[in-house]
Amino acid sequence: MKFIYDLHQSMKTNNVVLVYEGDFTQTTTKSILSMAERNLESSGEESGIKKRIFNVMVEALQNIVKHSDEIQEGENKHHAAIFLIGNEQCRYSIMSGNPIRNENIPTLRKSLEKINGLDKEGLKELYKEIIKNTTISEKGGAGLGFVDMARKSGEKLEWSFVDVDSEFSFFCLKVNISRTKE
Amino acid sequence: MEILNIEGAEDTPKIILDKNNGIFEISGRSLPEDSAEFYRPVLEWLRSYAKVANPTMDFVIKLEYFNTASSKLILDVLSTLEDIKGTTIQWYHHEDDEDMEDAGKEFSELVEISFEFKTY
Repeated sequence: MKFIYDLHQSMKTNNVVLVYEGDFTQTTTKSILSMAERNLESSGEESGIKKRIFNVMVEALQNIVKHSDEIQEGENKHHAAIFLIGNEQCRYSIMSGNPIRNENIPTLRKSLEKINGLDKEGLKELYKEIIKNTTISEKGGAGLGFVDMARKSGEKLEWSFVDVDSEFSFFCLKVNISRTKE
Repeated sequence: MEILNIEGAEDTPKIILDKNNGIFEISGRSLPEDSAEFYRPVLEWLRSYAKVANPTMDFVIKLEYFNTASSKLILDVLSTLEDIKGTTIQWYHHEDDEDMEDAGKEFSELVEISFEFKTY
């Protein structure tokens, strides 16, 4: 049972205030949002920052619901993903991790690199360019999620791909939201 | 024309489109799982309305929050309204929600409709 204590300690050391692991659906998304919203409400955080946190959470959660690749284990398919919120002294962090098929990595990497290479004005232009030309994909996305997260964050997106096996990797994303006003 | 009345929920906005009473409003939160499906009746209603439109239409958008998939559909709604003469968008944002004000300004740069910005 020591892992319970270890997990608890690890969350404290890493300033993690919320973790959800498991299957992600629109229903779990709504539950996580309302729970986080209540916590933020009682924290007395400034409303602009609360809105941004909510915004990034929605995009991160819906990204998992729509895009996380399914891992097949025996008979079972599952979206084994994780979602975390960190609360450090000067910033909040919205973090997520989900399996991705190795062949899907290059496209995602390219799009994240492009976003991180842009400044505020560049992100605005990219957003407008995508929204004008995009159509909603079969998965229900507009292709705007990461651009929007980068705009709301105001900082670079932090990301990495952790090797799992020959078929899958684990995509980790961290989006920071500063508590101090720009 | 029949009134389109969609009750709001925690992840979908309240929508009223009422030609006879001149009420056209989208309000609340918009983060549906399937935004294209959610906004489909709205777009269909507006296309029918375009054929029998009132001389003027004040279209109220008073959203507290919308996700990126909804933003694409909001642009589709605005593009449909672009072809209806006499349309004005009344874009509401909470007085301390600059991001929502900016979002409205960006939409106004993407379509040829007059926008009025208001706070609540």
